[in-house]
Amino acid sequence: MHDTTDGPRPAVELQGVVKRFGDRSGTEVTAVDDLDLRIADGEFFSLLGPSGCGKTTTLRMIAGLELPTAGSIRIHGEEMGLRPPNRRPVNTVFQNYALFPHMTVAKNIGFGLEMRKVPTGDRAELIDWAIQLVEMGALAHRKPGQLSGGQQQRVALARALVNRPEVLLLDEPLGALDLKLRQQMQHELKTLQREVGITFVYVTHDQEEAVTMSDRIGVMHDGRLLQVDTPEAIYERPTTRFVADFIGQSNFLEATVASADEVVLANGQRLRLSSDSPSGEAVAVTVRPERLTVHRRGEAPAGLHHLEGRVETVTYLGNAIVYGIGIDWMHLDVRCPATLAVERRDVGDEVTVSFEPRHAAVVTG
Amino acid sequence: MSKGVARSTAEPQGLSRWWLRGHSLLVFVFFYAPIVVLFVFSFNDSNAVGNWKGFTLGWYEAFLDNQNVHESIWISVKVCLFSTVIAVVLGTASALALERFRWWGQKAFDAVLYLPIIIPDVTMAVMMLVFFGETAHWFNVIPGVDLTSGLEKLVLSHVAFNISFVSVVVRARLANLDASMEEAAADLYANRWQAFRRVTLPQIMPGVLGGALLAITISLDDVVVSSFVAAVGATPISVYVFGMLRKGVSPLVNSVSVVMLTASISLVLASLVFSRATGSEREERLKT
Ligand SMILES: Nc1ncnc2c1ncn2[C@@H]1O[C@H](COP(=O)(O)OP(=O)(O)O)[C@@H](O)[C@H]1O
Ligand SMILES: [Mg+2]
Repeated sequence: MHDTTDGPRPAVELQGVVKRFGDRSGTEVTAVDDLDLRIADGEFFSLLGPSGCGKTTTLRMIAGLELPTAGSIRIHGEEMGLRPPNRRPVNTVFQNYALFPHMTVAKNIGFGLEMRKVPTGDRAELIDWAIQLVEMGALAHRKPGQLSGGQQQRVALARALVNRPEVLLLDEPLGALDLKLRQQMQHELKTLQREVGITFVYVTHDQEEAVTMSDRIGVMHDGRLLQVDTPEAIYERPTTRFVADFIGQSNFLEATVASADEVVLANGQRLRLSSDSPSGEAVAVTVRPERLTVHRRGEAPAGLHHLEGRVETVTYLGNAIVYGIGIDWMHLDVRCPATLAVERRDVGDEVTVSFEPRHAAVVTG
Repeated sequence: MSKGVARSTAEPQGLSRWWLRGHSLLVFVFFYAPIVVLFVFSFNDSNAVGNWKGFTLGWYEAFLDNQNVHESIWISVKVCLFSTVIAVVLGTASALALERFRWWGQKAFDAVLYLPIIIPDVTMAVMMLVFFGETAHWFNVIPGVDLTSGLEKLVLSHVAFNISFVSVVVRARLANLDASMEEAAADLYANRWQAFRRVTLPQIMPGVLGGALLAITISLDDVVVSSFVAAVGATPISVYVFGMLRKGVSPLVNSVSVVMLTASISLVLASLVFSRATGSEREERLKT
């Protein structure tokens, strides 16, 4: 996997990182497989992937809670090696918060400072700053058991941020919150990250969350990092079928690479699309439903790619209409804005579907 | 089946109600009648245990005067305190080792650790006797240790069976404690000891104290193992009372027993008060 981040000293750098877990019966699970990644200083970076793909394991290796089977992890250029978690310049917001139930909010937040023997005066000042930052001032003397999920989440965040770590690791921190609170916290987290300027490594399985918050996203699948890019690039130019499918919805047209800038669809139709794959390789052409346009048969403008088909289903969604279009060897979804200006189609209409070449991507896998 | 099935907490009706009452009464009589008899007869002005001759505090005076009883109680207290402290430290450590780490030989250790709970007291006692008989002189090489004295032997053997009990209780508590709590402490710059001291220990404290209480009770209770390893000049009170009975029953046994009973009841009450206190604190924490 190539990575375009430059600059001499990335905040986090993983090289050939592998993690295998052995179980009692002697079988091994490869949780993380040959991961290369550079996360820039001050970046909001998300690791995105379905449950079990190795996100948490990756994060735990950066934190030092798990040691890699192979590979190297560097933080601001410094090799972490076997260094235990208490001697790494990172802090973690755990998935279940892991607040200390026998300590008050203020004590929880001050724990890291106390362990690092920050003088009492400075400590109080920093705790105050962190409590204000997450707006928990009124509840400083409560214990975690007396807080709601959202409040606990804030305390966990403050407890990590108060140490001003070089890198903050967050493992699905909003996973336990309800939708409304989650959206509010997404916004707050992003704002907060800009304010404090700390590098965030954010683990989530929620693609919408990753897309809204991140500067860059790394999509993981089965322990491998499939693609690292900006949210827009991931959405518009996925390189694998998995990524295209996981981030939003997409249509996949089976195809074969003919040359560096041409593919042949399953029905023999040729499309001028460039790809990195060698000729003869089976690929798919992916186009997002909203990038397709439906025209009366034969009325599609020239210069676009065309596919002929027939309307099979019409689904009205209020702000959009989704047409299910059968082309002779498969089925496509087309999403149109439901404005009065756009002409409606009915089931059975013979149509031509068009898309701009730049809106299609050739994906493997 | 009565119609009360659905309302299991409701007052039982009709005949079953009288059954239950009678049953409870029987249980109470069964439990407490011997205690009442013991208590009453400890004031009996007679040399024989059997028949009532009138009220006296003489047996309590005899108890207060009896130097041997005092010494035995003192031995019991010392054995109990030392063995409990050692057993609590080692039992908690082994609970941690089993619950929080993976190491070679762990399964074997796990199995062996609980042997003292299942093997009969007599077997344990014989093992101790043979063990000390064969190896006591090795330990005597260590300066300050004298295993022929009895007190050390008692302490060591009580530690040997109490580690298991403490370990079981602490481990149950530890199993309920999320391991991510310790990871969070490590992530917040705590070393292993600090994480244990500041995060793990406060949360397993009820288990540790429960284990300690159990160890105290078992240590004070023990007759079998203690009587095998006790030496002259180091006879715990339980063994002493048992010996008195063999020499012929004297009502002094009654007064000694009442004192011991009072002591254990106070201990239990103290632990109840303590757990009530921590319990209500927890409830308070849960209230929002
Ligand atoms: N301690 C462990 N022992 C064995 N297997 C593990 C352990 N931790 C994680 N795994 C396995 O590694 C894979 C990745 O897990 P994880 O990193 O937790 O995934 P994610 O956070 O993306 O859901 C899973 O198949 C999981 O079962
Ligand atoms: Mg996870």
